[in-house]
Amino acid sequence: MRKILDHHVAILLGIVVVGSVIFNVWSPWQFTEIASNWEFIDFTVKVTWWICGVAFVLLGLFMAWAIWRYKYHESGESHYEPEHPVLESWLTIITSIGVVIMLAPGLIVWDDYVQVPPDAMEVEVLGEQWTWKFRFPGEDGIFGTTSVKKNVERGPDGTTFEPNITSLNPFGMRDGDPHGEDDILIASNVLHVPLDRNIKVVMRSKDVLHDFWVPEIRAKMDMVPGMITYFWFRPTRTGEFEILCAELCGRSHHNMRGTMYIDTQEDFEAWLDSQVTWAEMKAGQVPEEPIVAKGRQVADQNGCFACHSLDGTSVVGPTWQGLWGREVVLDDGSTVIADEAYIVESIVEPNVKLVEGFGSVMTPYAFEDDEMEALLRFLQETAK
Amino acid sequence: MATAEIPYQETVPLHHPKTWIGKYVFSQDHKVIAVQYGITAIAVGLVALFLSDLMRIQIAYPGFMEWFVEDYYYQAITMHGMIMVIYLLTAFLLGAFGNFTVPLMCGARDMVFPFVNMLSYWVYLISVIILLLGYIPGLGGPTGAGWTLYPPQTITEGTPGADWGIMTMLASLAVFIVAFTMGGLNYITTILQARTRGMSLMRLPLTVWGIFVATFLGLLAFPALFVSAIMMILDLRIGTSFFMPAIVSLGQTLAHDGGQPLLFQHLFWFFGHPEVYIVALPAFGVVSDLISVHARKNIFGYRLMVWALVFIGILSFIVWAHHMFVAGMHPYFGFFFATTTLIIAVPTAIKVYNWILTLWKANIKLTVPMLYALSFVLTFIMGGITGLFLGNVIIDIPLSDTYFVVAHFHMVMGVSPILAIFGGIYHWYPKLTGRMLNDTVGKWHFWITFLGTYIIYFPMHYLGFIGVPRRYYENFDSSFYPASAQTLNEIITWTALVVGVAQLLYIGNLVHSYFYGKPAGDNPWGANSLEWCTPDTPPSHGNWGDKLPTVHRWAYDYSVPGSDKDFIPQTVPQGQSS
Repeated sequence: MRKILDHHVAILLGIVVVGSVIFNVWSPWQFTEIASNWEFIDFTVKVTWWICGVAFVLLGLFMAWAIWRYKYHESGESHYEPEHPVLESWLTIITSIGVVIMLAPGLIVWDDYVQVPPDAMEVEVLGEQWTWKFRFPGEDGIFGTTSVKKNVERGPDGTTFEPNITSLNPFGMRDGDPHGEDDILIASNVLHVPLDRNIKVVMRSKDVLHDFWVPEIRAKMDMVPGMITYFWFRPTRTGEFEILCAELCGRSHHNMRGTMYIDTQEDFEAWLDSQVTWAEMKAGQVPEEPIVAKGRQVADQNGCFACHSLDGTSVVGPTWQGLWGREVVLDDGSTVIADEAYIVESIVEPNVKLVEGFGSVMTPYAFEDDEMEALLRFLQETAK
Repeated sequence: MATAEIPYQETVPLHHPKTWIGKYVFSQDHKVIAVQYGITAIAVGLVALFLSDLMRIQIAYPGFMEWFVEDYYYQAITMHGMIMVIYLLTAFLLGAFGNFTVPLMCGARDMVFPFVNMLSYWVYLISVIILLLGYIPGLGGPTGAGWTLYPPQTITEGTPGADWGIMTMLASLAVFIVAFTMGGLNYITTILQARTRGMSLMRLPLTVWGIFVATFLGLLAFPALFVSAIMMILDLRIGTSFFMPAIVSLGQTLAHDGGQPLLFQHLFWFFGHPEVYIVALPAFGVVSDLISVHARKNIFGYRLMVWALVFIGILSFIVWAHHMFVAGMHPYFGFFFATTTLIIAVPTAIKVYNWILTLWKANIKLTVPMLYALSFVLTFIMGGITGLFLGNVIIDIPLSDTYFVVAHFHMVMGVSPILAIFGGIYHWYPKLTGRMLNDTVGKWHFWITFLGTYIIYFPMHYLGFIGVPRRYYENFDSSFYPASAQTLNEIITWTALVVGVAQLLYIGNLVHSYFYGKPAGDNPWGANSLEWCTPDTPPSHGNWGDKLPTVHRWAYDYSVPGSDKDFIPQTVPQGQSS
């Protein structure tokens, strides 16, 4: 017992080292089951794991042993040897060999990762605060060009521009590009991809950095506004997978989720056929009453759609679908009818009467009378 | 410097302060400035510690603190990170340890430019105040962009503090860099110009070497942060587009066009990676000295230790883009930066080997500072080897932006340097105050902190393996990992709360021992380096009385065969043993 107390430091350090190994073996928390061709990434992790693990255990246990063995004695004296060039050289050489063994497979896999197979099909991921959209190139196999702005002209007061990305053109498709007409646009956060096909994911962002990540695929890459980035993978099992944003993108970063289905080829084609092309989307647009269209424009320009959906999904704020005239439950448990007075109050002083389940994150908005009127008409139409 | 030459500081007069304010407030004495830096850094560090506990509660029990909304969480991660890296670790290791040890260990009376040194502290204090101004109500709160401050989100409306919070952050950083530059020029000039007779560069203790190389890194790296802060302020206030391409922010098409977000990332990490070593190298130095003194044995392979510091310092400037493997830069960069990053592991591993080999055939006194130093080594090994995962570009792909990264960098540049700081304070407190710290309290604090942080961060790597993303306000119920991950989060949070509260033990010990600690004497640890050879303890203004000491040997003559004591101070002539 006395001996244990005397050597408690060495013993506890030893327990930390051995405990880490036991934790690793026992841990239920390992890589998720892979669903892509990137097993070689997992293999490289294993190689690194073994080399680093052995180094950690050897160094840690050696340290614990030395602390036990060479604990201070009044009469004890340490060995005076400032340097030992032979030992130091050997340690340097062994470490370098270990580094090469870890680095070599890593670089080989990286070479695979950055070179897309020529037969890969393309899908575009478009990121925006805080949701995903997807685009396929359509029958011609070529994506139409896009832009954030159109009609850039230099006026006497500097550069002027008109927005090209609007609620009616959410992908920013450029007018007059024939390749764009057959592009298949998926304006929701659900993506389907086919099994066993090489897929090149090309990515762009409307606003800030995002990162398209499905943990089971292993691959990820940032999406950078003003640039097009890419990675590729080949799905190896069917199923439903969660899409996460892996790059901090603002106050609702954690809400930026989506779903990716890996389908058989037939299922995938059936799904793709049911989606609309850019040409169809443009043709299907029903002209709105001017005041409703103006209301939509006001909402669009003020960023309302970033937090309020029109399709019933809750994003950061309550959905606008069916809102007008409905009874809503507030966070203090009381209820109120969402009439014009309530909605105006919620725009001007949004944090006074919060709908249950939503935080006080909206900033107050002040609108000109005509804008407010148009916005209210739009909200009324939306509720129908 | 030849032994016969008169040291620079014996040729210039030293002006002693005449008033209380001159002595303790606007002091030009490097020891007082060190204490001022230390107290300020610890105070602002406690703010960051408190924020981290709030974050942990939110992660383990989302919804428990209803008032803690998304904005507060993202502001907390940003402030926690920036405070810990810059305003605590950098300020403490260089501002406090640098100021205290450099003149004493070099045998100088003070820094070469004492007035600039004083300014350095006061400018640092201003930078801290500007940083905390972000929390003034009504300005929208501090920035919530993450400590990396990546544009465009830093200055767009979807991020908390995109208007004034980011301004206070950038202004504070710019002011901090001014303070650092004034301090840094002093450390380098003092080390090069004000060493006493016989103190050749290769006789300097490794603490001074660590601070010396780290200061070089700082002076070369901080300007990159400075210019990026200025450029971002211009983007925000003047409407330039250095970092801003054409974007649609929350439905508004902005006027910016043609900027490049990756440019900021390159500038930031050109600073940010050397910054890791600005924090690590002084800690390496301190730990080398602590291990040698308390193991009663010379540091193993001193010359290789010095060259490893220099080599790591140089390499640290060509590895920065390993922070950007998933950033969308040209993929061929991956080959280069993965290779340089893994090369830097070699000199780093040599340092670890030499610490451990110093213990071999030693006569180890398990004093409290030694415990901190030993735990530093083990924690640093863990943090170092996980760096080999992330540095190897293809492994970084699945693990980046997960809790694996959070665990890695907290181990390697959070907990490790903090343990070195605790050990260093414990080691030098007797010289600074003339009193010993309380060992019982010290040991309790040590075990809670070391084992606690290990329990927090070791399992956290596994959250990264299963794919839990970092910087998430809440995780909801994700389908791809087991529910037990949340149990692990709860364990981590409770441990973090205990470790957080336990820091009061250390602070209480510092305060209590100042008044009631056991008197220390001149050299309680039996150490060789010059700071233990001052005529007074605590050293008076000017440190050495009339005549500067003369150095005859290196700082590591412990247990020299044939000597009657197990240490021979640097001032003892060759051939004598005491």
